[in-house]
Amino acid sequence: MTDWVLDVSGVSKRFGGLQALDAVGLQIARGQVYGLIGPNGAGKTTFFNVVTGLYTPDSGSFTLAGKPYAPHAVHQVAKAGIARTFQNIRLFPEMTALENVMVGRHVRTRSGLIGAVLRTPGFRREEAGIAARARELLDYVGIARYADYRARTLSYGDQRRLEIARALATDPQLIALDEPAAGMNATEKLVLRELIDRIRRDGRTILLIEHDVKLVMGLCDRVSVLDYGRCIAAGTPAEVQRDPKVIEAYLGAHHGESQHG
Amino acid sequence: MGRPGAGPEYHYRRMKKLVVFLVSACALVAVPLFVQQFGNGPVRIIDLALLYVMLALGLNIVVGYAGLLDLGYVAFYAVGAYMYALLSSPQLTENFAALAAAFPQGLHQPLWLVIPLGAALAGLFGVLLGAPTLKLRGDYLAIVTLGFGEIIRVFLNNLEYPYNITNGPRGVDRIDSFHVFGVDLGQVVHCFGLTLPSVTLYYYLFLALVVASVVVCYRLENSRIGRAWMAIREDETAAKAMGINTRSMKLLAFAMGATFGGVAGSMFASFQGFVSPESFSLQESIMIVAMVVLGGIGHIPGVIVGALLLAALPEVLRYVASPLQQMTGGRLDAAILRQLLIALAMIGVMLVRPRGLWPAREHGRAKPQEQA
Repeated sequence: MTDWVLDVSGVSKRFGGLQALDAVGLQIARGQVYGLIGPNGAGKTTFFNVVTGLYTPDSGSFTLAGKPYAPHAVHQVAKAGIARTFQNIRLFPEMTALENVMVGRHVRTRSGLIGAVLRTPGFRREEAGIAARARELLDYVGIARYADYRARTLSYGDQRRLEIARALATDPQLIALDEPAAGMNATEKLVLRELIDRIRRDGRTILLIEHDVKLVMGLCDRVSVLDYGRCIAAGTPAEVQRDPKVIEAYLGAHHGESQHG
Repeated sequence: MGRPGAGPEYHYRRMKKLVVFLVSACALVAVPLFVQQFGNGPVRIIDLALLYVMLALGLNIVVGYAGLLDLGYVAFYAVGAYMYALLSSPQLTENFAALAAAFPQGLHQPLWLVIPLGAALAGLFGVLLGAPTLKLRGDYLAIVTLGFGEIIRVFLNNLEYPYNITNGPRGVDRIDSFHVFGVDLGQVVHCFGLTLPSVTLYYYLFLALVVASVVVCYRLENSRIGRAWMAIREDETAAKAMGINTRSMKLLAFAMGATFGGVAGSMFASFQGFVSPESFSLQESIMIVAMVVLGGIGHIPGVIVGALLLAALPEVLRYVASPLQQMTGGRLDAAILRQLLIALAMIGVMLVRPRGLWPAREHGRAKPQEQA
């Protein structure tokens, strides 16, 4: 039996009269980069927000690394093991890059008020561990030299990498990236692609929402295509690219007959 | 400690730190001995300023670290003050026969009980305020906390009927002074050829508490909890996505901030020997917020400077305001003039230094422009 990291099925979500998601499901095997694509308004981000606990679904079953989880509170989903990044980068702008990643360790550490005030040996040990791991991760994504710089002063590409480092700091089972290449230039995209590739090679599992079809086709092991809240195709990038339903969704029904086709 | 890189440079810096520490400790101990030569009045002003430092440090946890604007902070000060006032004055035993029978000597609580009790009770009220306001942010939160502060004051004003608990607007008097190691802080003490009046003794007690508060604040700031608070302040959604339970962390910030207010309140009650609801008006809350903002929000030294300045400024202006009043032929009230001068000073500071008098060192540096 395959080792599914994320196994969701029958996810539905309705906003008033709009059926944003209609019985959507997908299964991500360990070590995969899984792409989720679809035209604008197809429900990608809604699905993403449901899986990470931001929206409460109307129905659906959710299993993470063999354990069922209830996506009712964002912080509990993070604790269960899904770390996410945001389409429009959301760092802690006035904190340093290092502190940003240290916040990511919050969910895997436990020292409380008493330890902090009394500076107990356990607290000191844990604090040193947090700082060491955070530096390691900054180095991993290649921005160690900016550890003491405020997050908002980093360049766009570096902020994106910092966000990924912060997500990695939570020791996630699954890393969910929401349009990480949005707004990037060609060079930055290349660097990002190398980073995602590297994270995969280190045995992590990634869910990728992306508009950039080239990036998705080059990077993903499997792809699902959403349209009008339904999953219209799933398979390897090559299979999906040939699927007539996908071509229809992206280019219109009669694209073969049109002059520009 | 055998840290890597513990060279002569490191030892030199340690020595320098130690010297600075010793000099400032001596100075802080000597201050009241010098000032008391001008009478008890100036020392009293310093004592009250120290209480304001505690209050400002407490509010700084809520406003500065967690970014939750609290305009009713004085409520916790009132809770602490009334708790001590009721536990250490004849108020309750005179009004409740059962209590008088249980405590024939009257209620007199020692310091080591009052401090944790005041902290705990105020912390509880902090949670009571925090729980219903968890979903509110910014302006909305400010309005609700403002209301909370007023509710407490109105309660204190009216808890007189049917049972006289707070004695209403007349307040509670005959409150005991503290006893520390058998020394009554309300009496003059002679030791080592020095005469230490009550205000000086209180100075040392308050100083000890302020030092403890600074240590607690500093340690919280540089901890997992402090980082979580700052993360919530910076971006609540992102903080949640990092697995921070923002509800409990906000409640913790409210409770922690409130404990400082509670302790300061019980100190105030014993220092004054009298409390009444008018000491805990909205004006006070606004003053404490002003101290935090004027000094440098989120930065401990800045907050201390802001508190000392705003607590002392009105007293200093007393000397400036009365000549000004005479110049206008007595048409301007000195109290109003003082308010005006404080307001002008605050506007001036905010125009010239919008981030406060002594703002936090920019957390880390700005990334320099890359050289091509």
